[in-house]
Amino acid sequence: MTSTRTETTAQGEQTDRVRLAAEGVRLGYGDRTIVDDLDLEVLHGTVTAVIGPNGCGKSTLLRALGRLLAPTKGHVLLDGRRIDRMPTKEVATVLGLLPQAPTAPEGLTVGDLVARGRHPHQAWYRQWSGDDEEAVAEALAWTGIADLAERPVDELSGGQRQRAWISMALAQGTELLLLDEPTTFLDLAHQVEVLELVDRLHTERGRTVVMVLHDLNLAARYADRLVAMRDGRIMASGTPAEVITEPLLREVFGLDARVVPDPVAGTPLVVPIGTHRV
Amino acid sequence: MAAPTSDTAPPPVRVPGRTPVRRGPVSGVWRPRNVLVIVVASLVLLLALAVNIGRGEFPISIPEVLAVLFGGGDAGQQFIVLELRLPRSLTGLLVGGALAVSGAILQSIARNPLASPDIIGITWGASAAAVTLIVLGGSGLVGSLAAVGLPIAALVGGLVTAVLIYTLSWRRGIQGFRLVLVGIGINAMLAALVNWLLIIAQVYEAARAQVWLNGSLNARGWEHVVPVGLALVILVPAALVLSFVMGALQYSDDTAKALGVRVNTARSLLLLVAVGLAAVATAGAGPIVFVALVAPQIAQRLVGSARPPIGASLVIGAALTVISDVIARTAFGAVELPVGVVTAVLGAPYLLYLLIRQGREARA
Repeated sequence: MTSTRTETTAQGEQTDRVRLAAEGVRLGYGDRTIVDDLDLEVLHGTVTAVIGPNGCGKSTLLRALGRLLAPTKGHVLLDGRRIDRMPTKEVATVLGLLPQAPTAPEGLTVGDLVARGRHPHQAWYRQWSGDDEEAVAEALAWTGIADLAERPVDELSGGQRQRAWISMALAQGTELLLLDEPTTFLDLAHQVEVLELVDRLHTERGRTVVMVLHDLNLAARYADRLVAMRDGRIMASGTPAEVITEPLLREVFGLDARVVPDPVAGTPLVVPIGTHRV
Repeated sequence: MAAPTSDTAPPPVRVPGRTPVRRGPVSGVWRPRNVLVIVVASLVLLLALAVNIGRGEFPISIPEVLAVLFGGGDAGQQFIVLELRLPRSLTGLLVGGALAVSGAILQSIARNPLASPDIIGITWGASAAAVTLIVLGGSGLVGSLAAVGLPIAALVGGLVTAVLIYTLSWRRGIQGFRLVLVGIGINAMLAALVNWLLIIAQVYEAARAQVWLNGSLNARGWEHVVPVGLALVILVPAALVLSFVMGALQYSDDTAKALGVRVNTARSLLLLVAVGLAAVATAGAGPIVFVALVAPQIAQRLVGSARPPIGASLVIGAALTVISDVIARTAFGAVELPVGVVTAVLGAPYLLYLLIRQGREARA
């Protein structure tokens, strides 16, 4: 993993390098268009959070960035190459994706789940090489679930399960990681735990992360860049301070709110305004 | 980099439960329980084979059968065992193995234990084509034409049915439950078609078709062993190679794609292998029901894996069919039952159990 990173920096590329880009993409299912003519650039070494109300096309966009959904117009570029023209296995060594609420086969152990992340590096005759074993053992230890390796995934708590999936994505060894609502169904403590893990992936492992998040305050704290979407369009993008503003919250979410500095992190904190209890 | 010290850390990093086996570029995970199940099931299979061969008008003891199988015995015993009785048992063994592997593949790619070729209509598709040939071919269909025509008809019938099921259950991808439901519907239609064919057929052809439809190993010779054996020699290694992607297909399509699997290509190839195995097996001995449904599930439970294991399913399916044949031949004295009747009686309760459990899950 370290070797690939030095290789890329050896090519003289800077942190403002665009890793992943959407160029004028139109996305939808069947006749229904959800996202139209959207442009987005994801810079190397950043954490980007996509926010927006339900049904605004956040997950659709993420699926397109991860080549799970083909745009009907426009292209998605990975390191400047059209992602739909790259062999999918090659993409899988650079770009990892965790779907929303992923499911594992019943009875599968944590060790087998994390080892599945090595799939793009394997072949039918090479299913457990020394590199695989090292990467999996490291991913298990790094996410703090090494002692759960022989437990079935379906016996884990929600927080542990999400750590196992992140561990799998880590074992895949991709520089880019797309996470679709990694904190759904988790209580606040486990949401923070998972986002801390994502933050460490970024700071300690140099991963470039794009994630869909619901909680604006956590998004503001854990992301370098925010992309705010509504009705399939990007309404604003930039640093949390640039995006999380009172006018924008009204425009994007239809929410009256005060924005104050987060007393802990200093990032914008959204305090919603209601009617009776204010 | 030095690994953080833990209480039982051996020098190289190990993942608990995933002991490696490596030789040159080849590597895999050592699964002792899988190997144990295969060895024990193979011994059971060999014993069942010996018992099945020993029974008959001229009984031969098990040690004598085993002696002949491993190259001994007198000329008379050799003739009875090798020319008369072995081909029948061997056909059962191969057909059972083929059905079980077919079931293991289908259950894996549909992510549903109900998806087996006899439940979702593939076996009936093969049967309908074969019965059509028997009925419409009339008495002219004998000898080599029947020997070549039936397997080809069954194969084509199975494939056409599989394509039909796949197309009808396709909606932006394949979902296991929809595949099973569509398959059950197709199955019912094919059963109706077969019944209609039996009604319009001449009595003699109808009787011949009926015997075949019950799944019988009666009067099976080396000419039945060879085609099924050849198909297995090609298709089982293909299944083992493809079982690598099958592991990734166990997850949601999105996860599998994110892991770099060409999901639709992989699933189509696997479906082709599964249909090929089921159709060849059906051509060889008629639709022997429930083996493809039950054997992979028994194998999965014995091995303790998250999906039906190919190797163990193969051996258990073979053993199950040979044991059923022993029962079919001996349970009612002089009256021999078709082996398919026995597998149906053994397998039906399991199907009921599965249906009840899935119904509960659907409601929960």
